[in-house]
Amino acid sequence: MSRTAKAVSTRSWEGASLAHLEGGRGIEGEGGDPIAFDVEAVREEFPGLHQEVHGHPLVYLDNAATTQKPRAVIEAVTRFYEHDTSNIHRGVHTLAERATATYEGARRTVARTLGIEPREVVFTRGTTEAINLVARSFVRPRLSPGDEVIVTWLEHHANIVPWQIVCGEAGATVRAVPIDDRGVLDLDALAEALERGGKRVRMLAVGHISNAVGTVHPVRRIVELAHAHGVPVTVDGAQAVPHMPVDVAALGCDFYAFSGHKAYGPSGIGALWGRAEHLESMPPMQGGGDMIRSVSFDGTTFADPPTRFEAGTPNIEGTAGLAAALDFLDGLDRAAVQAHEEALAAHAVEELAAIPGVHLVGTAPERAAIVSFVVDGIHAHDVGTILDARGVAIRAGHHCAQPAMRRFGVAATARASFALYNTHHEVEALAAAVRHAQEMFGA
Amino acid sequence: MSDLRELYQEVILDHNKSPRNFRELPEADHHAHGDNPLCGDIVTVYVKMDGDALGEVTFQGSGCAISQASASMMTEAIRGKSLAEARELSSRFRRLLTEDRPDGATQDAEALGKLAVFSGVKEYPMRVKCATLAWHTLSAALDHDSATVSTEG
Repeated sequence: MSRTAKAVSTRSWEGASLAHLEGGRGIEGEGGDPIAFDVEAVREEFPGLHQEVHGHPLVYLDNAATTQKPRAVIEAVTRFYEHDTSNIHRGVHTLAERATATYEGARRTVARTLGIEPREVVFTRGTTEAINLVARSFVRPRLSPGDEVIVTWLEHHANIVPWQIVCGEAGATVRAVPIDDRGVLDLDALAEALERGGKRVRMLAVGHISNAVGTVHPVRRIVELAHAHGVPVTVDGAQAVPHMPVDVAALGCDFYAFSGHKAYGPSGIGALWGRAEHLESMPPMQGGGDMIRSVSFDGTTFADPPTRFEAGTPNIEGTAGLAAALDFLDGLDRAAVQAHEEALAAHAVEELAAIPGVHLVGTAPERAAIVSFVVDGIHAHDVGTILDARGVAIRAGHHCAQPAMRRFGVAATARASFALYNTHHEVEALAAAVRHAQEMFGA
Repeated sequence: MSDLRELYQEVILDHNKSPRNFRELPEADHHAHGDNPLCGDIVTVYVKMDGDALGEVTFQGSGCAISQASASMMTEAIRGKSLAEARELSSRFRRLLTEDRPDGATQDAEALGKLAVFSGVKEYPMRVKCATLAWHTLSAALDHDSATVSTEG
C-alpha cells in the first residue's frame, strides 16, 4: 500500500466534510493538517488511464460497467501467478498452502470490508452468479404455485431474470414495485405489495444503487418493511461496494451480492454474503470437487457453507486481486472519495443540464455518481461513438435495465459513470464532446 | 480523432434527420420486423410488389443514425429492382461492411452506388449490425413470403 499512501490521508471520517472539499478539495488529516484528496496521485496508480484513444487522452467514464485496475491489483494477480500458483484446500506442499492462504485470506478481507463473518462469504463469479445462487438454492425450494418475488422497476436484468427463471419453474410470479419520475422507489407501493402478497412473498430483491440512473435506494428502510412482513431481502450491491462504505450488518438484509470488477478488482470474481442460517439451509447449486465432505456411490455428504457452494477449482488469482482491490479502497479516505465522486456527479449534472437539448434521465435526490442522459435528435449510440472519437468512453444503451428504460420512456440513454480517479476536467471534456455531437448532427 | 466524417457522412445524417419512405404500408405483400437486441434498434420493412419487381418499399423504426439512414437509403435503392437484384444488392452491401477484400470491395462499391457511403462503418465493428439491420429485415420479409407461398400455394 506504500504507493497509495501519498494519495490519501489515513481513514478519518470525522475529518472529512463536503465543505472542505468544495473549498480547496482538501480534508483534515489525522494530525489536523489539511491533506488534499490528490486525484492526480491516485490516477498514477491506474496504468490503464494513461493512454490515448483516437489521439485524445482517455476520459474513462464507463465505471458502472467496469473500473480500471490499480497497480496493487495487477501486481497481486501477477504475484500469485509468478510465485503461488497452486490449487487450494488440498496438497500439503508449500505452494498449495500459500494458495489456500491467499484464497481464505481474501475471504477474510471481504468479510472485514463488509462487516460480516468470513464463513458467511461465498465466492462467486460475480453479482449475477451470486443472485442466481440465492434464487436457485434459497428461493426455489421454498416456492409454491402462486408465490411471489418482489423486485423494483429499476433493477438490472441480473436482479430480474434469475427470479423469473425460478418463478417460472414453480408457477410463481415476479412483481415489480414502481418508481416515480425521478427514479425514486415508491415505498408506499412496496408496503402495499408486501401487504397484499402476505405469506406468498418469498423474497424481496433490490439494488443498492441503480446502475442505469444512479438512484441510491433506502435499503435499511426497505429491509425494515420487508422483515415486518417476514420477507427476506437480497441486495444487489454491485454499484455500491466501489463507491460507498457498506456495512451489511447495519443494512439488516439477508443476502448481499457484489462483483470484484466494478470495485477496481478483476472480472470473474465476486461474492455473496448470506446469513449463516440461510446458507446452512441451502442445497448446493453445483456439484464437484471441494464442496463435499465424503463421496461414495451410496451417497455424498456436502461440506458446510461456504465451501458447499464453491464446487471445483475457483478463481484463486481473482480472489488475490479482489482482496488487493478492497485493501486499496480501505487505504483511502472513503469519505473523501465519496465526496469527490459526489462533487463530480453534481458537476456533470450541472454541465449537462445547461446544454439545450440534453435531458437527464433519473433525478433522484439520493444518487451515486452515475448520470444518464438523452440528447434531442441524436440516438445514444451515436452519442457514444462521437464521444469515443474524442477519447471519452461512456456507455450507451439500455444498461441491462430495459424495464427501467421503458419506465422513463426511452429506448436507450447515454450514461457517464464516475470513479474515484475521474477529474473535473474530464467532466468538462464530456460536456464539450456532447456539444460537439450536437454540432455534428445539426441537432 | 479518427475520421468520424467517414462514418457520419452528410448523406447519412440527412437520411437520419429526414428519413425517406418512412411510413407503414398496409397493402404490403411482404413485411418483417427486425430488431437488434444488443442496442435496441428496431426496423419494420414493408414491400409492395409490382409484378416481379419491388414496387413500393417503406419502413418504420427507431434507433441510431446508422440504422435509420441505412433503412431509409435501402428503400430508395431497391425500389424497382427484381427480387434477384434486391437479394444481390443485399449481399453486396453486407459484404462491403464485413469482408476484407480490397479488390472485390471496389467492385461492390461501384455496384452499390450511393450505398457505398456506409463503407466507413466497417471501421466500427460494433456498428456494423446497425447498418445491416434493415437489409437482414428485408431478406426476412422476402424469404418469409416465399415460405408462405410454398406452404399455401
